[in-house]
This record gives sequence, C-alpha cells and structure tokens, in this order.
Amino acid sequence: MKDKVMTSMERVLATLSFKEPDRVPLFLLLTMHGAKELGLSIKEYYSKPEYVIEGQARLQKKYQTDCLYAFLYASVETEAWGGEVIFSDDGPPNAGAPVIHSPDDIMGLNTPRVYESPSLEKVIKIIKGLKEISKGNIPIIGVVMSPFSLPVMQMGFEAYFDLILNRIDLFWKLMGINQAFCVDWANAQVEAGVNAMCYFDPLSSTTIIPRDLYLKTGHIIAKNTLSRIKSPTAIHFASGRILKIIDDVAVTGTSAVGVSIKESLAELKKASYGKMSIIGNLNGIEMRRWTEEKAENEVRKAIIDAAPGGGFILSDNHGEIPFQVPDNILYAISSAVQKWGKYPINKYENSLTST
Amino acid sequence: MSEIETQKLMNFLIDMDRIGTRSYIDSLAAKTSYSKVIETIIAKTLEEVGKKWEEGILSLSQVYMSGRICEELVDEILPPGNNQRKNQPKMAITVFEDSHMLGKRIVYATIRSAGFYITDYGKTDIKSLTAHLHKDTPEILFISVLMLPSALHLKAFICELRKDFPSTKVIVGGAPFLYDEGLWKEIGADAMGHTATDAIMILEQVMKEK
Repeated sequence: MKDKVMTSMERVLATLSFKEPDRVPLFLLLTMHGAKELGLSIKEYYSKPEYVIEGQARLQKKYQTDCLYAFLYASVETEAWGGEVIFSDDGPPNAGAPVIHSPDDIMGLNTPRVYESPSLEKVIKIIKGLKEISKGNIPIIGVVMSPFSLPVMQMGFEAYFDLILNRIDLFWKLMGINQAFCVDWANAQVEAGVNAMCYFDPLSSTTIIPRDLYLKTGHIIAKNTLSRIKSPTAIHFASGRILKIIDDVAVTGTSAVGVSIKESLAELKKASYGKMSIIGNLNGIEMRRWTEEKAENEVRKAIIDAAPGGGFILSDNHGEIPFQVPDNILYAISSAVQKWGKYPINKYENSLTST
Repeated sequence: MSEIETQKLMNFLIDMDRIGTRSYIDSLAAKTSYSKVIETIIAKTLEEVGKKWEEGILSLSQVYMSGRICEELVDEILPPGNNQRKNQPKMAITVFEDSHMLGKRIVYATIRSAGFYITDYGKTDIKSLTAHLHKDTPEILFISVLMLPSALHLKAFICELRKDFPSTKVIVGGAPFLYDEGLWKEIGADAMGHTATDAIMILEQVMKEK
C-alpha cells in the first residue's frame, strides 16, 4: 500500500482512520495567495467564483497540497447578516462594525437564508467548481463559524463577553438563531460538494474562556451542532490552546482538531490519538520571515512529533496562511513534506541532528 | 504586601466576585492606604493574572473581567482628577485598523487600575492616529493590533512619528506580536507588551527616566 502513490483523498482518509498513508498529508490553507497567482487584487479575486476556483486549482498543483480550500474570509458570514466587509490590499477582508448594536437587537434578529445571500451563493458556486476539479480525488474543505464564536463578529468581543456573563437568556436565544444558520450554511456547502467542514470555534479555546465556562457553553453547542452537519468535521481553534479541554472536544463528535503552536504537538498527538486526528501546527505569522532551512526544520520537527501512526495532517496553526508568506517558503514546506514525510517515518533519519 | 494577599485577591477576581474583591481591598486599605493597595497589591495581582494567561493557566475572559473589576473599583476609590494622579506621563491608547477592542480594553483597564489616567483614541488608522498626535501629543502611545498586515503598516507610521514626535514612546501589543517575537523591533516600536501589565512596567520605566 505504501509503495503506491495515493490520491490526496486516499491519503487523508487513511490518516483520519489512524492508519499510515504513503506520506504525511499536507493542508496548506492558502486563500489570498490565489490573488497573487492570478495577478489580481484581493478584492478583485474574491469578486468572482471563477477566479477563486482557478486560484485554488493552481495553488493545489503548485504546492502539492492535499486539499482544495473553499474558505474565502470569515466575514463572508457577517455579510449575509447585513454586515460590512472591509477589503485591503495585503490582508484578509475584515468585518466592519458589529451588526448587533445592543443585546436587545437579538430579539428581532432574523436568520439569513443561505440561497438568498449573494456572499454565500458565491461560495456555493466556488465549491461546485472545485468539485469539478477534484473529481473525488482531492478533499474539498468548507468552513463554517461556530454559533458560539460568530457573535464576536456580530457584536464585538467585549459586548459578547458581557452577554455571556450577564444576559444568559439572550445568549441562548442568540445561540439558537446562530445554530440554525450554521447548520443550514454547513449543509448547503456539503450539498454543493464539500467533503469535510471546518467548524471554526476560537472562542471555545482555553486561551479565551476557562474550561468550566466552555463546558456550559461552547461544548454543548458544538455537540448539538456537529451532530446536525452532514459531513465529517474538524474543529479549528485559530491558534488557541486546547490541551485542558481535549477530552471534552473528543466527545463532540468531531474527527479532527486544528492545533496551536503554543502547545506541544507531541502532547496533543498523545492526548488525541485514536479519538481525533490533529491538524497543525506551523506558525503562520512567523513563517513570513523563515528561511527555507528553517521551514524544512519546522516541518521535520512536526513530522517527528506527530506523524507516526497516522492521525496527523501537517498544516499551519491558524487556519489560513498570511498573504505575506512568500512562495519560496511554501515550496520549502511542500518539498520538506515530500522529502521527510514518507511513511514509515524514520525518526533517526528525520532527527534534526542528522543533517 | 505578601504573596498570600495577591493570591487571595486573584481568587476573588477570577471568580468575578466584585463584592468580595471590594471588601478585601477595603480590609487591606484599612491597615495601610488605598493608594498603597492600588500601587502594590492590585498592580501585582493583575501582573500575576497576565502571567498566568501567557502560561495558559488562565483565560482571556478572566483577564478581561479582572481588569474591569479593578478598574471600576479604582475609579470609585481614586476618581479622575484626584491629585494622586498628578506627575503621570501623558498617555494614549488605540486599536489600529480593527474593530476588535478587547485587547485595548484590557490594557486600558489595567493601566486605570494602577491609578493612571490614559486617553482612549478608539479605532484609528494612519491618518486619524496622526491627527490625534498633532492635537494632543502623548508621551507614551499604546497600540493594539490584531492582524499581521496592520502590524506591518505600523512600520511606515512609526518612521514618520519619529520625525514629528521624537519623544513619544510607542508600545505595541496584540496577537501578531505574540506569535512573532521579532516583529515589534522590525516595525520600529520601542517595546511590546506580552500582557496588559507589561504596560505598567513600561510606563513606570518611562517615568523613572524622566
């Protein structure tokens, strides 16, 4: 089995089943780099589905990454809620002012309809185009904001903390509304062709809230929401810490977790093996100024720590690689995976001291 | 003030017990003074809270509530305009190119909790921040940044600031700086804060140098 070169789909499915594929799968979660490939501004690139489809196709081929990424930017969802999106020339589009101005607005909030939202319709078209390219050989990853984390964009962090701590009735009302949207949006993407949903839930990380609050909020919401999404899922905590809640996350029903550079990859692998696969944890912020040698060493280190036994996909730790990361570093990461990531992983050959 | 007192205060704060916190501070102040309690135990406790967040022991929500509770209490004890707030450096804080105010809010609350006054510029970009500086030049400017591109945009701003406002110290903080330790130097800032209480240590250093 390991002599045959697997398709990306075979590779990813093997590792998610805690089997060792031919090599470590690589998820280079590139978004805006597609604009560079096509010579467009970021705003122009996101204006038409065909640009993103072409961009993802080129990036996948160029860097031999094992997925096609249907994520545009986080505020594509707040656009659907009537929010503003602010584009820039060198970074991800950002959410504008909150759409919920006061807690009492929640009572009159209406769930956006997926197929009546131009921003979401655009993503659906992109997914359909990616499905044509994939032909079932390359996993298509969709992204949905968790109902629990979405309010950070809907109302601002501080107002949302105040809501959780002081207006629990309105908090649960908002969770009901957000959950209905999240499930609809996720399932629309699955229907269009996504193979796995990334459930983006940074607020549930212990970087942001303590475990006891997570158990009363994000954990319940995740269990309830993920069971209604019609595809396998991965929960991503956007660089947030999760070791203290890893056993709790494991019972949400998710197949994998995105993990942070702030925690030991080896410990994360040990704690999750057999229950969830881990995806991570290269430092995307620092990556911008890595040398090619540094990139290769970081890949080798991650492979030694987490690859044996499968259950590991190499990726960055945030869920999106910054626009500023240059092509030569992306090539270096991809080459390092090809060079050092073949199974069985030889720990001695892979050791950083044996160069 | 002892470690036991710091730990006791921290327990009230991470339990979000406003009444317990106030009662405990009152009991400590009865033995010394409120200003002593603010300068020593409150500042020290928030420093410990910040350290524990950096170590992954506490969460940002606990840091935020600890800062908020202390800020409200200090404003009751030491209202703005109180003459114990004299001889402080002129300071300002802003969020650069983003609408997420939480990091700035935590630093603002922590600085206020230590008995200092600081002007909040809110959300700014290069143009509006420059306008603020021309109107009201602070000695220390705290800049909170959420996104890497915004951090990189600061480089040009800081370069211009050095020409027009050479005595203003620029202290940066936020997620990009926590994930790339060399970034603050690259953009030309004077220092970076890993936690909100680093802001206190830095401004106290600036006061000593005056």
